[in-house]
Amino acid sequence: MSETQVFGIPKIWKTDVHTHYCPGCTHGVAHRLVCEAIEELGIQNRVMGIAPVGCAVLMHEYMDLDFIEAPHGRAPALASGMKAVRPEKVVFTYQGDGDLASIGMGEIVHTMNRGLPLTIIFINNAIYGMTGGQMAPTTLLGQKSTTSPAGRSAKVSGYPIRMCELLATLEGPAYIERAALTQSKYIVKAKQAVLKAFKNQAEGKGLSFVELLSTCPTNWGMRPVDACKWLEENMVPYYPLGVYKDFE
Amino acid sequence: MARALMKGTEAIAEAAIQAGCKYFFGYPITPQNEIPEYMSARLPEVGGTYLQAESEVASVNLLMGGAATGYRVMTTSSSPGISLMSEGISYIAMAELPCVVINVSRSGPGLGNILPAQGDYNQATRGGGHGDYRIIVLAPGNLQEAVELTQDAFALSQKYRTPVMLLADGFMGQMMEAVEIEPRETENPSSNAEWAMGWRDERGGKRVVIRSMLLDPDKMEPFSAHLQEKYAKIRESEARFEHFMVEGAELAVTAYGTTSRVCRSAVSNLRAEGLKVGMVRPITVWPFPVKGYSSLPKSVRGILDVEMSPAFQMADDVRLATLCGLPVATEGRWGGYSPSVRQIEDKCKELLRK
Repeated sequence: MSETQVFGIPKIWKTDVHTHYCPGCTHGVAHRLVCEAIEELGIQNRVMGIAPVGCAVLMHEYMDLDFIEAPHGRAPALASGMKAVRPEKVVFTYQGDGDLASIGMGEIVHTMNRGLPLTIIFINNAIYGMTGGQMAPTTLLGQKSTTSPAGRSAKVSGYPIRMCELLATLEGPAYIERAALTQSKYIVKAKQAVLKAFKNQAEGKGLSFVELLSTCPTNWGMRPVDACKWLEENMVPYYPLGVYKDFE
Repeated sequence: MARALMKGTEAIAEAAIQAGCKYFFGYPITPQNEIPEYMSARLPEVGGTYLQAESEVASVNLLMGGAATGYRVMTTSSSPGISLMSEGISYIAMAELPCVVINVSRSGPGLGNILPAQGDYNQATRGGGHGDYRIIVLAPGNLQEAVELTQDAFALSQKYRTPVMLLADGFMGQMMEAVEIEPRETENPSSNAEWAMGWRDERGGKRVVIRSMLLDPDKMEPFSAHLQEKYAKIRESEARFEHFMVEGAELAVTAYGTTSRVCRSAVSNLRAEGLKVGMVRPITVWPFPVKGYSSLPKSVRGILDVEMSPAFQMADDVRLATLCGLPVATEGRWGGYSPSVRQIEDKCKELLRK
């Protein structure tokens, strides 16, 4: 007789609240993966989370963990300050592309280079979500946004930044992977990556960075299903999935 | 520790360590580089950590992260660096975290130069960043006082859960004086478990969330009022000043930090000549010690504000403290110069003749 695996709600997830995320947004999936990883590792009481500025600023409303709200882009600096004081704790940041790859580019590069064992979860949905769909550093060429109404032009705005590739040139990080959240086969891989990123820190092995390609149906102006398709057809070719660095 | 001849920056650094600060985050800028240098060598000896930031923007956010754990943390910088930190200081005020920031100030605006100045008074005493907040600002007049105020800064920041700044101009940082640095008793960081991160087991499994944002106006309005109540309490309880030879004075000189040293000499000399001059020296520039002015003897007919700032930034606070009841004259040098004793004496004599 085959066993049926029943998925419950992670214990870290706060069941008494509803998220503010738009229908079809993949933040919910990413949040769940973070909760599952922390729960599976049994480190809930050791974790200190840092919420970014962006749609996920209220993520602490949904996860039963110690949390702080960071200034825009500065989450990796806060994380480093905490880890310097409490090396035995598990410290993670969860940041969007505007936060991490634009205003916080200095902090993320130097935090990755310094190499304190932290966990960085990077949500790349190629747009500013909370402020209403402006062009992000990861917005694709030709992609329309409220500040690139004719589509992003390389001549005026440069090219979309590939963070995994850029950070993989540094000696500091132990593990860097890019995954996607659009369908089960990708989510299974994303789950393994997030779990590994927390495990590496919990076991004192090193600094991990996981980029999760995510959808923003509202600001992309698409139905959720179309958004998933658009991500796979447009983002995945430019932001290839896979492992960019692994100390193991 | 026995009395020792030390440079201001190093005395401040050691004073912090002796007040229980084991975590320091900094970025090089003149004239305060000896503090990060000293900390990088000394902290590993006491089981602490020095982290060099990539910018002052990062320093203050490393500081915020460290402060969130309930341990004693500090950063230091000089004027342009403090401008960069102002964003973070505003966030730390909102998050109600204790920490100490040292400003060994130099000439500005802009890159200005690396010589001492007092042009950061308004920035420091008005909080520096955006929003409705103040920070406690302590202004030492000599190195022994710098040592004690550095240590007090940690206690005050802990007591009120607010950033505290030591405003020490470049002279204070670079000169040498004999100091005695005693260890201060401090509580275990776990005593902050009620609000600090990383103490979940100690709180019996309850988590904490440190907020820097309150989207709901029904929460932001009372929270902002709560901050103002805290500042009102600080104004009431923590203002400090020194009166020097004010008995029977007709003219009260007022100055803080380095310029107060010059004024002290001038006042002593003028008194020796039989001239009725005294000095009010703010030790806290925020809260501004209003009582230091309202309690001046009735004989005082005017005030001379001496600063290393052509804008005489403190003069407005002096006018407010006296309810504009006394004429406030100004005298000083700036751009890297301090006024001379002779210059202050001459100005006092000119005012007394009027």
